[in-house]
Amino acid sequence: MARYVMVVDLRSCVGCQTCTAACRHANATPPGVQWRQVLDIESGEYPDVRRTFMPVGCMHCGNPPCMHVCPSTATYQRDDGLVGINYDLCIGCGYCAVACPYQARHIVHRASFAYGDQPTESEAARFDEKRVSVATKCTFCIDRIDEAKEKGLTPGVHPEVTPACVNSCIAQALHFGDKQDPESNVSQLIKENESFRMHEELGTDPGMYYLWDGHK
Amino acid sequence: MSRVAPWHQTNWDWRAACNFIGGGSGTGLLLFTAIAAAQGAPFRVSGLVGLALVAAGLSFVWLEIGKPWRALHVFLNPQTSWMTREAMVAPFLFAAGLAALLLGSVAVFWIAAALGMLFLYCQGRILFASKGIPAWRQPTVVPLIMVTGLTEGAGFLAAVLPWLAPELPLRWPLASLFLMLVARTVAWRSYLNQLAAGGAPAKTLAVYARFDKPFIFVGNALPALLAVAVLFTGGGALTSLLAGALAVAGGWALKFTMVARAAYNQGFALAIPPVRGQGGRLPGTKPGWTPPAE
Repeated sequence: MARYVMVVDLRSCVGCQTCTAACRHANATPPGVQWRQVLDIESGEYPDVRRTFMPVGCMHCGNPPCMHVCPSTATYQRDDGLVGINYDLCIGCGYCAVACPYQARHIVHRASFAYGDQPTESEAARFDEKRVSVATKCTFCIDRIDEAKEKGLTPGVHPEVTPACVNSCIAQALHFGDKQDPESNVSQLIKENESFRMHEELGTDPGMYYLWDGHK
Repeated sequence: MSRVAPWHQTNWDWRAACNFIGGGSGTGLLLFTAIAAAQGAPFRVSGLVGLALVAAGLSFVWLEIGKPWRALHVFLNPQTSWMTREAMVAPFLFAAGLAALLLGSVAVFWIAAALGMLFLYCQGRILFASKGIPAWRQPTVVPLIMVTGLTEGAGFLAAVLPWLAPELPLRWPLASLFLMLVARTVAWRSYLNQLAAGGAPAKTLAVYARFDKPFIFVGNALPALLAVAVLFTGGGALTSLLAGALAVAGGWALKFTMVARAAYNQGFALAIPPVRGQGGRLPGTKPGWTPPAE
């Protein structure tokens, strides 16, 4: 079975936040909610300091604490590793949000739009009442991945079935694919590069790999 | 600019804290009322207050959730969710408690008290399962939540027993309160030491540093002294009331602080900065965290 993961090449990310904008466009998230955000992190001590741009979001964990705590079974994990939310079951208790160590979950209690109370034409067309007062998060553009089988395409290879953030990345810092397939782009990148996963010590088995060096 | 260092969670506020406050005090009171009832004390009033506290706590949670009319969905995940398990214990707790009050049965009331302990344990596990909040995911949070709930129960009983049953000796309720206050102090310090030893959000530790002394002295030492004073000097009901009220207030302050003031999230971390150009490997960074103890 597939395990879809994302690979982020930290050496390439320039912090342009095009992925953030693409995600918001594709998923119509309200103001203040970013399913894909890019952190600007300073490290080291003067004079040897570094600035790193680090895309974050839902890690689609192999052992997702959000799913274990969810009292309504609204949060689920598919066989392909994607962690999703059934908006019809979610009660908006916020337990998943405090269980997630990646701050990836968002709950908004009223509809809000970019320019005041009224949605723009584009926002009105994509507004989903079901997403008010329930938990939301990055889905890895699950609807596109579901289309892959019907269309005979491969997520991470063909843009039509690849998450919007990955498609939009101007520096090819974001990669998506099936880690169970040893020939996939992500498997090769993880194999050939040094990588780490965030907060791995918490036992979440996160599905985002950060490449930090090319020499393994 | 995106936040990197831990910031305070915004999903659970004072209403969630009230669930832990009401649930802990209510179930603690049920247990100590059952013990008192076994010695002949009346249990209807304090039993009803205990049940009402638990019900009030749950009502506050209902007010907080985004989709209150879907509240029954809370029962759907007993396999892994401690919130579901807490919710599943509640109807049995209320049924047993109300039946005991209606029938005047001490035996049935003991069943309610036992279910109350199960409910309280679930509350501790709810916090422990919240892996995104370092202040909650410590294993010592479970005994701390249980011990403070019992301390509040003992405090409630010590406060009201002289008025409900003036003929009964206050000796064992005050001795119980004293012992529970000692246990709570130990549990609190163990929790704090464990939290600091593993490394924690600096702001969480700062909140607890401000809270520690007033909690120890006003919430624990002072009521313990008052309890001892009544025990050895035979002070009156008012002193007992004050000791109990301080013990209860200390527990409520602890849970409010834990849920609504010290609940900074995990934040983000860069384990290893990327190697670019001629640069070598540099240490990573975890902004806003204290280092673990050596």
